[in-house]
Amino acid sequence: MKGALLAEFVGFAGHRSDVIEGYLARPISDAPVPGMVLLHHAPGLDPWSQEVVRRFATEGYACVAPHLYHRRGPGHWADVAAAGRAAGLAESMPNEQVMGDIAGAAAYLRAQPDSNGKVGVIGFCSGGRQAFLAACDVPTLDAAVDCWGGSVLPQPASEGRPASQGVIKRAGDMSMPLLGIFGNDDLNPDREQVDEIERVLTELGKDHTFHRYDGAGHAFFVTDKPVYRLEQALDGWQQVFRFLDRTLKGAE
Amino acid sequence: MCTWQSQRLEASGAARGVTDWMRVTAVNVMYDHPVSAPYDHALLLDFINPSQGVGARVGIELSARSARELVRAIEVALGSPEAKGDLKQQSTTEKRSVHEC
Repeated sequence: MKGALLAEFVGFAGHRSDVIEGYLARPISDAPVPGMVLLHHAPGLDPWSQEVVRRFATEGYACVAPHLYHRRGPGHWADVAAAGRAAGLAESMPNEQVMGDIAGAAAYLRAQPDSNGKVGVIGFCSGGRQAFLAACDVPTLDAAVDCWGGSVLPQPASEGRPASQGVIKRAGDMSMPLLGIFGNDDLNPDREQVDEIERVLTELGKDHTFHRYDGAGHAFFVTDKPVYRLEQALDGWQQVFRFLDRTLKGAE
Repeated sequence: MCTWQSQRLEASGAARGVTDWMRVTAVNVMYDHPVSAPYDHALLLDFINPSQGVGARVGIELSARSARELVRAIEVALGSPEAKGDLKQQSTTEKRSVHEC
């Protein structure tokens, strides 16, 4: 039956073979399906992120969202996330660890009996930046979607936050098509920053497509917050699935 | 002496609590995306005791306006003679404790 799915929490080997928790949804189908690794936004593996995981399953993808704060647990996801956020991004989600968790999630999806062998990654907010980096650092992936990932470019030091070189420095290693979704009213990344990211990728000859929306700011897909923008989100999701159907399902 | 001076302010936000008293040893404060409060950004306050695990947490998410009102109410409460006396004493204690470290 189209739309039938199974959703559950699972454990799989992440960075350095640590067993981490993830939320998995997959379609109940005889046909082989591609996999998607979903990177949650800063608040954690919250109900909205879980809803999006299930959405992928209804669209014919096996999708797993690694709980990127998992190592701060055990405990309720909101408490674990709060502890992680208080420790700061660099300590709670170091790039190397997150890339290891993504590679582990991709291997887990490929090992499922109904896998078609293709796996992509999508990330939101901080997860968007991580998806951008994964496109450069996890060559076992086949496609990446960056949804309003901030701090892709170098950041000056600010109060409580050290300067960073930005993951853009790894753009030369990008080995898969990248889709970007951005709101033109976002402050991080703002219009000029998205222009600059696009300029660098074009100069390097990287396969990328950016969709940029007027009347939308940061996180405009998030249905349980005021920033949600219906019209822009509907088009954005259409672009996401068109891109993934092409890169992971071989659709024209 | 008892002060019996209480203030109530209208507030908008969300909270996550514990079932009984817990010892609080630290407070995390940030202004960022909330988990539950219906705002894009909110003041996030976590009263915690890390030695008791991540679940030892009273988490509060307040709208910016509610947080500002709360700060004002706290300042009023801390203006009482009792609070001023305690602040003076605790400031000396804290300095001594830092010095001893």
